[in-house]
Amino acid sequence: MAAEVEVKVSRKDFVSDQDVRWCPGCGDYSILANVQRVLPELGVARENIVFVSGIGCSSRFPYYINTYGFHTIHGRAPAFATGLKATRPELSVWIVTGDGDGLSIGGNHLLHTIRRNVDTQILLFNNQIYGLTKGQYSPTSAVGLKTKSTPQGSIDHPVDPIAFAIGCGATFIARTIDVDAKHMQTVLKRAHEHKGTAFVEILQNCPVFNDGIWDEVQDRKTRTQASLVLEHGKPLVFGGPDQQKGIVFKDGIPNVIDLADGQDPIEAGVVVHDEHPASPSYAGVLATLQRPDFPVPVGVFRAVEKPTYETMLQDQVDHAIAERGRGDLKALLHSGDTWTI
Amino acid sequence: MPHRPGTWPVYGPARATSHAARRRLGETRSDPAPRFDAARSRKFSVTSSKSSGVKPSEQLESVAIRFAGDSGDGMQLTGARFTDETALAGNDLSTFPDFPAEIRAPAGTMAGVSGFQIHFSSNDIHTPADQPDVLIAFNPAALRANVDDVRPGGMVIINIDAFNQKALNRAGYKEDPLPELRDRYQLVKIPFTTLNREALKGLDLSARETDRCKNFFALGLLCWLYGREMEATARWLGGKFKGDVLEGNLRTLRAGHAFGETTELFPVSFVVPAAKIESGTYRNITGNQALAWGIVAAGVQMECDVFLGAYPITPASEVLHEVARYRHFGVKTLQAEDEIAAASATIGAAFGGQLAVTCSSGPGFVLKQEALGLAVMVELPLVAINVQRSGPSTGSPTKTEQGDLLAVLFGRHSDSPLPVIAASTPGDCFHTMLEAFRMAVRYMTPVIVLSDSYLANSSEPWRIPDIDALERQPVEFARPLDVGEFEPYLRDPETLARPWAIPGTPGLEHRIGGLTKQDVTGNVSYDPANHAKMIKLRRSKIDGIAKNLPLLEVDGPDEGELLILGWGSTKGAITAAIEVAREEGLEVSQAHLRHLNPFPSNLGDVLRRFKKVLLPELCNGHLAMLLRSKFLIDIQSLTKIEGLPFKIDELSDAIRKLHAS
Repeated sequence: MAAEVEVKVSRKDFVSDQDVRWCPGCGDYSILANVQRVLPELGVARENIVFVSGIGCSSRFPYYINTYGFHTIHGRAPAFATGLKATRPELSVWIVTGDGDGLSIGGNHLLHTIRRNVDTQILLFNNQIYGLTKGQYSPTSAVGLKTKSTPQGSIDHPVDPIAFAIGCGATFIARTIDVDAKHMQTVLKRAHEHKGTAFVEILQNCPVFNDGIWDEVQDRKTRTQASLVLEHGKPLVFGGPDQQKGIVFKDGIPNVIDLADGQDPIEAGVVVHDEHPASPSYAGVLATLQRPDFPVPVGVFRAVEKPTYETMLQDQVDHAIAERGRGDLKALLHSGDTWTI
Repeated sequence: MPHRPGTWPVYGPARATSHAARRRLGETRSDPAPRFDAARSRKFSVTSSKSSGVKPSEQLESVAIRFAGDSGDGMQLTGARFTDETALAGNDLSTFPDFPAEIRAPAGTMAGVSGFQIHFSSNDIHTPADQPDVLIAFNPAALRANVDDVRPGGMVIINIDAFNQKALNRAGYKEDPLPELRDRYQLVKIPFTTLNREALKGLDLSARETDRCKNFFALGLLCWLYGREMEATARWLGGKFKGDVLEGNLRTLRAGHAFGETTELFPVSFVVPAAKIESGTYRNITGNQALAWGIVAAGVQMECDVFLGAYPITPASEVLHEVARYRHFGVKTLQAEDEIAAASATIGAAFGGQLAVTCSSGPGFVLKQEALGLAVMVELPLVAINVQRSGPSTGSPTKTEQGDLLAVLFGRHSDSPLPVIAASTPGDCFHTMLEAFRMAVRYMTPVIVLSDSYLANSSEPWRIPDIDALERQPVEFARPLDVGEFEPYLRDPETLARPWAIPGTPGLEHRIGGLTKQDVTGNVSYDPANHAKMIKLRRSKIDGIAKNLPLLEVDGPDEGELLILGWGSTKGAITAAIEVAREEGLEVSQAHLRHLNPFPSNLGDVLRRFKKVLLPELCNGHLAMLLRSKFLIDIQSLTKIEGLPFKIDELSDAIRKLHAS
């Protein structure tokens, strides 16, 4: 647990003196602002917060936040964070990565950090493109996307970050949108509260190399139709008061139904969202909901409890000391067979 | 457990003369060795012994024994147990385990032969010996793979039970090799399998479990032959096994010993008196064990918790295994998902204020190089161990080489200097780790420690250091700051080290990363002049370490005709070869490099004081190339790249030739 702070801190305490150097209109600005707004509300002293990133546009993030920060190498941020958190469990460790950094070159580390349930927050900015290397397709790019490296269109089938996290056994999985400040702040707070790896996909727009891919969910006018806000204990409804729709499962397959004016969605068979089922299969079905047939789910897909890596590791140390006493170097060197001349 | 006299088969008539006697006489051919064949031997399976139990013994100065069998025969175990008993007997010793990469190659084939050589002496020795005096071969393949290495006239003990036509075929023998061997060696044929089965009759063990004990019969016999105790082995067995498996191993161990006492195959036993070595308390230690203990010791001596991030790889895995046993020292280990993650997690732990270390071997080490480049850039203290093995690529994973020197020095992109220290003996690995951690923290830099497969697996008696006399260097972190801006790249004027400011410290919040740093502030900078300055500063910092390194010492005249320079694990062989040369009246000096970067400040002076400098290396002349370019001296490079350490003869021949030229 990070130490409680009594001194009142505000957003500006988390703004570093470095000039932010993302392109005008980049979704990263909004994410940065929301993170800086959330941090003072977490009750964690600034010196106990560390941002760790890899390489890419998103990975410049730590330079702009006035906490401890480590801009590491491409794809490896989760591994750096694992070493840090394993040895300093009291720190609040945040990993900032992108779809290329996290799911391509760093896919392996993302997998293992999530499966170990290291208590960190992983923010994966998904813009479906390589930005810092000037516009090549990424592992989340759609098939057919024409980029500098795919002039005839991408022939790679994309990976879905949420489905990936579920497959890794993530204990907390959420999705939010770069421009939806209120929703993002709620999700970030939930991610921080979670004990274990909190995986958050942030749908982020790259105005230079892949502009407009999330328009439907970003635009307030279309958002209610195009997105599905997940709330624990509430039915999977979307579309707004005028044309309310719901998600039903028929033989395990999701379907959209129209709800009549004033109709109770639960009575109509709309699925009630549950963040905590033991099996990840429900979250897996949610992860398959994609445009244009379905709304894009945002919010917390799944939140379950599992012992964290750093706690289990510390428990082993504590247990060993309790059982054998604190290590005595002289006794170690003289252990086993020795002889004196 | 009492041994039951009268149950041991006796084979005869034995006409073996002692190999020691032969050595005294300088004979190279032996008398006809004792004969029996397996079929005949069974007829004599239980014969009463009339032995009084006490045979004469002869004194020897030193002996080298090689155990060889299938990789499932327990040869490494047998060798290790004999080594411990020999260490306890007070001999100086040196061992060389040599085993295949395959865990269990097809039984009885040459590919599966595993060997363990031990050289022990009443004098100071430096190598496992060029040629074994005694070979114990558990099957025809083990014989074929090893017998030509045995000293002419030496003793070859074979498990005759394993010498059937099928096994001979599998080993690739076209005809029975034994008649020919009888002319070259003292051939002793012992039915280890049969004798072991006899000894274990009545125990609740499967045939397979019974046969797996036979190596301990041979161990018991060897313990008798060289006057070794067996208590430590019995203790070790007690800690490892229980029930009838324990009973079986103990029984066959003692049966082997009793067989030696009673059989007429061995008319004498041998005594190798304790060595006269520096007083102190000793233990046997391998290089990997010493590295692991050095890691644990660094945490104690520097009053800082230790983190080891590693990924399994031969021959470095034992370091991870060993360190993982010491959680009660506050040590944390992570078996990472890959080599890159191991290095990355280690750097993350270093950022958090741990004594952080990662450990690998060549193919894994190169995967860490990008992360190490970052560690150079962010100037965090950590140690990266490379237990070198034969390459390139997967190469010969269990064989030794010194082929990674240039890779660890120059294998990262751009200019990324860091210190490199090479251990020279198994026990030295302990002190090398302590030195590496002290250097890393003092200069805020990653430090590379070089070991190799030979050091990793071989063992020697190690004088246990007096902990109270070891240097203590408690780690100091940057202190909290109430006012003003923290400057993460403000350097100590003497060492040029930046402060170690760890998360959790109020007022020191700062960002580090791989982008070029502005001097003092550490902010991202694209200023060309600053870039050049930072490159030079990092190099000056590493070069400056030389000011505090001990000068290179020369053994022998400090100027003259010939200097043999070495680095790393070749020290033992070079020292032994120089002893040979000096006995022949040749003047030779010796110097051994421990610090490969930076070099000791007097290295150039030392090299220039000799007409010739010979540099043996188990690689294609890496250090020779460096020294030639740095000092413009015509180093004579002697290379060996066979996956094996130097033999003394190879080096002493080179010395003779250089003297004659």
